Amino acid sequence: MAKFKKKTKTSESIPTSALPDIIFMLLFFFMVTTVLREQEILVEQKIPQATQLQKLQKKTLISYIYIGKPKNTALYGSEPRVQANDALMNTTDIIQWVNRERDALPEADRGMITISMKVDKDVKMGPISDVQTELREADARRVLYASVGKVVRN
Amino acid sequence: MAKSKSRMSQEVNAGSMADIAFLLLIFFLVTTTIASDKGILNVLPPKLDPNNPPPEIDKNERNIFTILVNANDDLLVEGEYRETADGLDEEIKMFVLNFAAPDEDAQALFNSLPASLRAQAKRDPESSDHPGEAVVSIKTNRGTSYEKFLEVFDLAKKAYFDIYAERVNLDTDEYRTLTGKDEAEEALIDRGKEGIPMAISIAEPDKIGS
Repeated sequence: MAKFKKKTKTSESIPTSALPDIIFMLLFFFMVTTVLREQEILVEQKIPQATQLQKLQKKTLISYIYIGKPKNTALYGSEPRVQANDALMNTTDIIQWVNRERDALPEADRGMITISMKVDKDVKMGPISDVQTELREADARRVLYASVGKVVRN
Repeated sequence: MAKSKSRMSQEVNAGSMADIAFLLLIFFLVTTTIASDKGILNVLPPKLDPNNPPPEIDKNERNIFTILVNANDDLLVEGEYRETADGLDEEIKMFVLNFAAPDEDAQALFNSLPASLRAQAKRDPESSDHPGEAVVSIKTNRGTSYEKFLEVFDLAKKAYFDIYAERVNLDTDEYRTLTGKDEAEEALIDRGKEGIPMAISIAEPDKIGS
């Protein structure tokens, strides 16, 4: 009987004071690992699906170009436009932009610059081909057609 | 009075701290998008040099697998009309592995292939001579939707990756995720590709009907 009495004396509550610390650690982990979007996307982006996706090893070599119908049609019209960094640009400015992006890379990597083309589903091949012609002109020939994985149904 | 105060718990109730932190955590989980750098890699042809025009290449019609996509997203595959791109990957695979007229190197390549791939060689005289000669040509129109183009391009890539993967005895997904970060992976990639170049040609879109 005495033994039972002793047991009941021990505190029954689990110490929860360390729980916030654990959650905060999780929070910091997510805050550090996620990349916040530093630019505002001015064009519509519905990325098409594909199955044969590949991942690039070096992320620093990638420069992004966004193509799609402008979100603000009153200001930019409804024809597909090209966006790089945070401004819309004309196709003729692409060469200059590529050269600037390439200069920002270390010298050894300059030949390996990859342009990730994030193109909206509804864009036609015409504007894309114009952009690709400019990229060839700028000698940035590695192109990544950004797409999201498709669930394969058998 | 003083006695009753001292009896009260001196600790600040920290139990709800976890809830606050959870709220913050969920907020970040929902609002952040993890940047994905996945996509289909393509290498564009070098720019045209007016002083140095590309050499005229005489390729036999049978060595080119032509896919035309028009402004209505209809397909013309090897002269045959179709509405969807389904099954195109299998056809491209058969085309590449046809081995109608292999030369010496191609015969050696053929002998090095696993039996499952060798069984797919139809030796159809109307199709490609050997993988080294075979070219898949995709031609679009300026009015073709990007989605359709990507679907066709994706299937062409799939056909090649299927062949590579089968050669090194891997799953297609496993082969594709090889990045060549160490020598063993690189050797595996090279062993898959050896002798079978991924020849997917993307012709400049024509302007008619756009």
